[in-house]
Amino acid sequence: MQAMVRRYGGFITGLSLALTAFWLLVLVLIPYFDMFESSFRPYLPFVDIGGPKDIYSLNNYLSIFHNPTDIKVNFFGFETKLFMSIHLWVFFLTIAFSCLSTFLAFLLCYPLAYYLAKVLEPGRLATFMLILIIPMWVSELLRTFAMFILLAFNGPLTILLQSIGVVTGGVRWTWSLWGYSGVVFTLIYVYVLFMLFPVYNAMTSLDSNQIEAAKDLGASRWRIHRRVVMPHCKPGIASGCVTVFMLCVGSLLVPGLLNSPSSQWFTELIYSRMFVENDWNGGAAYAFLMLIFCTIFVTLTMRLFKVGLADIAK
Amino acid sequence: MTASVELRGVTMDFDKYRAVDNVSVKIEPGEFFSFLGPSGCGKTTILRMVSGFIEPTQGQVLIGEQDMAGIGPNKRPTAMIFQNLALFPLMKVWENISFGLEVRGIDKAARRKRAEELLDLVDLEGVADRYPAQLSGGQRQRVAIARALAVEPKVMLLDEPLSALDLKLRQHMRAELRAIQKRTKVTFIYITHDQGEALAMSDRVAVMSRGHIQQVDVPQNIYNEPTNGFVASFVGENNIFTGALSATKNFTTDVGAFAVTTGQGVSHDSKCRLYVRPEHVSLVAKPKAGANAVPATVEDISFEGNFAVVHLRDKTGRKLSAELKNDASTPPPAVGASTHVVFGPEHARVLLDSDAVAYDGEE
Amino acid sequence: MKTTASHRFLHAYGIVFLAYLIVPLLVMGGAAFNSSKFPSPLPWTGFTWRWFNELFADSNMWWATLNTLWVAIAVVALSVPIGTGAAILLNNLKGRSRTILYAVMIAPILTPGVVIGVSTLVFWLRWGVPAGLHLSILGQTSFIAAYVMLMVLARLQSFDGGLEEAALDLGASHWQSLRRILLPHLYPALGTAAVLAFFQSVENFNTTQFTRGSQMTLTVYYGARGRSGVSPTINALAVILITITVVAAIGFEIWRRRKEAQKKLAA
Repeated sequence: MQAMVRRYGGFITGLSLALTAFWLLVLVLIPYFDMFESSFRPYLPFVDIGGPKDIYSLNNYLSIFHNPTDIKVNFFGFETKLFMSIHLWVFFLTIAFSCLSTFLAFLLCYPLAYYLAKVLEPGRLATFMLILIIPMWVSELLRTFAMFILLAFNGPLTILLQSIGVVTGGVRWTWSLWGYSGVVFTLIYVYVLFMLFPVYNAMTSLDSNQIEAAKDLGASRWRIHRRVVMPHCKPGIASGCVTVFMLCVGSLLVPGLLNSPSSQWFTELIYSRMFVENDWNGGAAYAFLMLIFCTIFVTLTMRLFKVGLADIAK
Repeated sequence: MTASVELRGVTMDFDKYRAVDNVSVKIEPGEFFSFLGPSGCGKTTILRMVSGFIEPTQGQVLIGEQDMAGIGPNKRPTAMIFQNLALFPLMKVWENISFGLEVRGIDKAARRKRAEELLDLVDLEGVADRYPAQLSGGQRQRVAIARALAVEPKVMLLDEPLSALDLKLRQHMRAELRAIQKRTKVTFIYITHDQGEALAMSDRVAVMSRGHIQQVDVPQNIYNEPTNGFVASFVGENNIFTGALSATKNFTTDVGAFAVTTGQGVSHDSKCRLYVRPEHVSLVAKPKAGANAVPATVEDISFEGNFAVVHLRDKTGRKLSAELKNDASTPPPAVGASTHVVFGPEHARVLLDSDAVAYDGEE
Repeated sequence: MKTTASHRFLHAYGIVFLAYLIVPLLVMGGAAFNSSKFPSPLPWTGFTWRWFNELFADSNMWWATLNTLWVAIAVVALSVPIGTGAAILLNNLKGRSRTILYAVMIAPILTPGVVIGVSTLVFWLRWGVPAGLHLSILGQTSFIAAYVMLMVLARLQSFDGGLEEAALDLGASHWQSLRRILLPHLYPALGTAAVLAFFQSVENFNTTQFTRGSQMTLTVYYGARGRSGVSPTINALAVILITITVVAAIGFEIWRRRKEAQKKLAA
C-alpha cells in the first residue's frame, strides 16, 4: 500500500480504494450477507420485525420439504409414485435437466470446437467466427424467442413437418420429458456458445503434432480423442460446463417462456415466493440454496477435472 | 544552475536485504561523478534515492545542501535518464521533450520552440514530429537527454544509459555526454558497470561493491592506486599472486619472494594479494639478479593492433599475462618459449582482500 | 486419423451447426413480415409492414426502450470508473492479498443473476429504498464492473511502469501522470469495456426482473409479456435488432481488416 501511495499519490490511491470498497462492500458482500441473514428470519408482518417473534431458525430452508404430495413419475414406461414436496421435486428436476442440457451442449460443441481448431483453414476461420458471433451479440432474449416461435404448437417447425407429411396435426414440442423438453432444447440453443468458446480455446493450444504422433503409433480416432485431446482440453471443458450449468440453473427467461403448464423451474419458485407470496426471507433462503448447490457443483467439477479456479475464470 | 549532492550515512534495507550500507560521499556542483560496480552493488539504489523514488532507511540525502527527506521525485531538482529510456510512446518527440514544461503550464508555442532548441543542442534536427518507435537507438538516447535537460535540472541522473547501444555508438555517445555536461555545467551522476566508460567520462569515480563504497577518487588514481583487491581487480587487468607479507616487507609466494609496494592498511598478518598490471611487466630471458622475476612459458600471443598480449603460465600452472607495445625491434618471445615475467617493486602492489570479492575459481 | 472423409463430415457438421444457430433467427425475422397474426412465417399469408408500424406505435415499448437506455448509460458510468479503479488497485498488490481480492472481485460474475437480484433487493430494503430501476443499476453494476476490471487489468499488464516514474521525475503531479501517461494507454480497453458494459446491461434479464419493481426495460417488457399474447411486433423488433447487430459485426470486421492492412504497411 505504501508503494502505491508513493507511485500514485494519496488522492488517487484513496480514490481507487474508495471505488473498490464501494463496489465490493456496498454492491456485493454486504448484500450477500444481508440475504444470508434474512434467510434465517421468519416472514413477519411489519410490526413484528425486530420483536420477540423475530428469531433465527432454519425454517425457511426446511420449508422446501413442506407439503409432500404424491407425484406420479413416468420413467421410460415405468410408473412410480414419489412422496415428496413439489418444491423439492422441482429443485431436483432443475438440477437434473441443467446437467442434461450441459452434457448435450458439450456433445454438440466438441466436434465443432475440434473442427474450428484443427481442421478449418485459418483464412476461413475469421469468417466462420464472424457468423458465429452474431447469435452471441443478439441478446439472450431474442435467442429464446426464436426457439419459442420455432417450437410453438402450430409453429413453423410443425408446419414444415406437416408439409412433408411426417406429422399430422399440431405437435406439443414442449410436453415431452415431463414437460421440460422445450426448456432443454432452448437452454442448449441459447447457451451453446458459452460451451463452444472455452473448449475451442483449449483446443487451439493443443499441439497438432501430438495428434500426428498418436496417429503414427496406430491409435484409433476414438482413442486419440479420449487419451490426447480431451485430457489436454480439461480446463476448457470444465470452464464451459461450469458456465453453462450455472446459466441453466439460474435461467429465468427460458423456463418462463417455454415451460408447459405442469412443469416449473426453481428460479420461478424463487420469483413467486418473493413477489407472489411476498415472502422475501423465504425467497432469500431458496436463492441461497440455489447458490450453495451451484458452488458445490463447481467445486465437484473442479475436483473431478482436477482444475483450479484460475483456469476457469476466462 | 547546478547543485551539490551529498549522501550522509545512507543505508537502504529492503525487507531483510541491505542494498546500501552506510554510504557517505559528497559530489560537487558541476561534477561528472560515476558510481562504478557490478550488478547488485547498490548503485541503482543510490540513484533512486537521489531521484526520490525511494527513501533511505537511515541517513540523509542532500541536494544543494538541502535535506530531501519527504520530498517526492516530482519536487526535486533532478532529472533522470532511465536505462530503458522510458520515452512516452503515444507522444511525438517534441511532446516528449516538452512534457516537463507542459506540466508546468507553459503554453504550446513556447514549448514547441524550446523542444526544437533542445533538439539542436543534442544534434538531432528534423525529428520533432516523429514518434519514439520510429527512431534509432542513438536518436532515442538523445531525445531522452533533451527531455531531461528541458526541465533545467540541477542534477542529472543517468542509469547505465549506454548499455543497450552497440560499441561504436557507445563510444560516440560517451564523448557527446561529456560535451553536453561541460556545456550545461549540470552535475551528472552516472552509474555503470563498464569501467572504461566510468574512467573515460568522469571527474571522479566511486567504486562500489555489495552496498559499500570501496574507493572514491579521480580515474587516474582508481587505476594506478587502487586501495584494495576489489578495486584493483574490477578496474583493469591484473596478474594476481596469493601469499603473505613477511617481516622484511617482501611478499612470499609459491614462485618466489618479491620486493613490493604495500597498499592501504596492509600489515604482515593481513589477508592480502599481490597485483601486477600486464602493461607493467616485461619479458626477459635472463633477468638481473635480485629483480622480481617469475619463470614462465609462453602459451599464446594475441595481437591487438598497437600492442600484443602474451599469455603465459608459470610452473604452478598460474596464468599470467603481459602487454607489450608493438615494437618491431623487440619482438615478443615465440609460443612455447621459456622466459621470465619481470616487474619493478613500484608496480607490484600488495592490497587487502576486500570481502566484497569472490575469490574461488578466479575470474 | 482424420481422413478426408472425416474432414468432409466435419465441414458438413460446421455448416449444419451454423444453420442450427442462424435459421431460428431468420425464422423469427421472417415472421415480422408475415401478415398472419401468429408470430410465425408459416403459413405465409402475405407481406406486410403492419407489425413494424404497430411496434413504433407502442408507447410502452418506447418507454421501455428509454428506460433500458438510461439504465445502460448509468451502468456504464458506474462500472467503468469502478472497474478501472479496482484494476489499478489490484495491479499494485502482490501475493495473498492480491489473490483474495481478485477472487472476491470475480465472484459476482459466477453468481446467478437471481441471487444478485434478491440480495440487492433485501439489502436496500433495510435502508428503506424501494424496488425500481435504480436497484437494477446497482445490481447490474456489481457484476459488470468485474468484466470491466478484467479488461483493464489485462491492458495494464502491457504498461511500462517506468513511464509513470519518468513523468514524476520531470515534475508532473500524480494526477497529471495519470491523465497524460496511464489513461491514454488504457483508452482502448476503456472503450471496449464501455461498449461491453452497455450491451450486457441492455440484454440483462434476471437481475433486472428481480429488482425493477414495476418499472420496465425492453428485455423485461417482452420477456414478461411472452406467454400472454405474443404478437409479431416482437418479431419486428427482433428484425431491427438483428439487422443492427449484423451491420455492426460486418462494420467491425471491415475496420479490423483495414487496421491489419495498415499494420502490414507500417512494418
